[in-house]
Amino acid sequence: MEQEMVLKNENSLSSSLKQMLLKLTPSIKKDGIIKSLKNTGITLLSILLFIGLWQMGSKALYNKEANYRVEKALQEQGEAAAVAERACIESGDSSCQPNTLPSPSQVWASLQSLIADHQVIRADKAAFAEKMAVTNEKMISQGKDPIVYTGRASFVDIVLTSIKTVFAGFLLAMFIAVPIGIVIGLSPSLRSAFNWFIQIFKPVSPVVWYLLVFMIVKTLYIGDSSDNAFVISFISVGLCAMWATLVNTAMGVASVDKDYINVAKVLKLGTFQKVFKVILPSSLPLIFTGLRITLSVAWMVLIAIELLAQSQGLGLFVWEEFQNGANDSNSKIIVAMFVIGIIGFLLDRLMLAVQNMVSFNKNEMA
Amino acid sequence: MNTTQQANEVYSENGIVYPSKVMLDLSKLKKVYPTPKGDYVVLEDLNLQILKEEFVTIIGHSGCGKTTMLSMIAGLNPISGGNISVLGNPVKGPGPDRGVIFQSPSLMPWMTALQNVLLGVNQVFPHATKGQRQDIAKYYLHKVGLENAFHKKASELSQGMQQRVGIARAFAIKPKVLLLDEPFGMLDSLTRGELQDILIEIWNKEKITAVMITHDVDEAIFLADRVIMMTSGPKAKIGDILSIDFERPRTRKSVLENDDYYTYRKHLIDFLEH
Repeated sequence: MEQEMVLKNENSLSSSLKQMLLKLTPSIKKDGIIKSLKNTGITLLSILLFIGLWQMGSKALYNKEANYRVEKALQEQGEAAAVAERACIESGDSSCQPNTLPSPSQVWASLQSLIADHQVIRADKAAFAEKMAVTNEKMISQGKDPIVYTGRASFVDIVLTSIKTVFAGFLLAMFIAVPIGIVIGLSPSLRSAFNWFIQIFKPVSPVVWYLLVFMIVKTLYIGDSSDNAFVISFISVGLCAMWATLVNTAMGVASVDKDYINVAKVLKLGTFQKVFKVILPSSLPLIFTGLRITLSVAWMVLIAIELLAQSQGLGLFVWEEFQNGANDSNSKIIVAMFVIGIIGFLLDRLMLAVQNMVSFNKNEMA
Repeated sequence: MNTTQQANEVYSENGIVYPSKVMLDLSKLKKVYPTPKGDYVVLEDLNLQILKEEFVTIIGHSGCGKTTMLSMIAGLNPISGGNISVLGNPVKGPGPDRGVIFQSPSLMPWMTALQNVLLGVNQVFPHATKGQRQDIAKYYLHKVGLENAFHKKASELSQGMQQRVGIARAFAIKPKVLLLDEPFGMLDSLTRGELQDILIEIWNKEKITAVMITHDVDEAIFLADRVIMMTSGPKAKIGDILSIDFERPRTRKSVLENDDYYTYRKHLIDFLEH
């Protein structure tokens, strides 16, 4: 019922808003505004529908698990225990809550508690820094490392670590894949020499890349007690994600319009000029398409790799919450899921904007 | 200038003295494409001499090997047999002494009109100052009527304007020979007329030896000193040559009013329909 009311309100609101806007705008713009209003309306409606379905689903799962618990108490311990169990569940006591898919409101509450937690930790950090300010100054003047805050990381810190890891991995992928892509794109023989390599390593799973990087980095860091989880995770992310850029760059460079090459030949451009003035600019759109895929792959594999590498990011957060099994763990996992999705979407938009900026033929871009 | 100096010299090679009037010499030219069913001979025993300051148009049926011949002169397509020489020097590959105007404008779409012309100018005049090179590029862009579009991206220009940049780029590198591969084939007839006027106006000033492929009989007559007719392939060769004796500079009106025009036209059409 409540759901329907909301929907109705939403409809009447948008239609009255539409009417108002129509009166205000000249007739030429009418179509565009109606269309964008309609689109926003449809999006809002689908979000509401999604939340509604989610609510219903989590409710059903909750009831199923609650009933099972009561049933089990009845069979094993008798009538009184069953009544007590049901009372306990209905009272909302955390000791006997069914542990299942959280409802939208639980997830919302978790998000708020995570933000509140972040505020607490931030205040903690500030207090710590203030307390240590004098001591640290002394230590620095004596040439020693200052004492840093080593408390628990807040959710925002975790998200930032993940973003940092993904960008480090992305940059690594770019610096490896673009130059190699250009070189093998220019030379057909190098292309066939590299082909088996690309074909074999492209489909390798993130987990295996992680293990490979772990073997190597572990040895390189031998005898060094510093934390290498970040290094391992960003290198693994980079290696996993670079293939799209490598293949696209090679393809872009190899498939430069023959007319441009002929112009370069007629003008007798040197190799350097030919590469930097003709071949690279003309393959930029494809290179950026590759980079866009690389960034989204990097973000996707990041979660799995952080989990394995025990790097303090979203992947580890999700895993630890799952292992933790606290009352609000499941809803925290769902919060992380949405944060991952939204950041991934924003990163993709960012790359799309960059891609549009470098593309010389606007008509070809969708 | 460099070009005129060389033009006055007499070149000799292997004991043969080339008369100084010949700019481009094609002798016993042959082109063979190997196919699974055996060799396909596109051109065979093709002989042609093109003089300095001459404008030559080539007509023939589609697929007869006109473009093959032109790209062989440009050095973009290897020669299977015979010889091509420019002022007695055998052609060994592409080079800026033979400027090409392609059928599609082939501009770098990410560069401005000026940058596109400068790409060639910088290459050909490496010792000139930056200002001098800019002046050369701007001069030719001005000549083709693009003085207001120096800094427009090539991708923002219409097809006709792009081909104007193509003309400017080709003339700006001061080639000895200008090769034009149906440069106006993709344009509407109005734009085509405009560009023919622009081309012939610049050419009247520069008098660069020009070889142009066309499908348009009127265009062939209007622009050329000689119209070369090629036989249909395979084994295409020169079928007939028609001298156009109109005075230069020509205007479209004076050409159309000349009685010889229709005789020339009939000659060419008879050849093509034969």
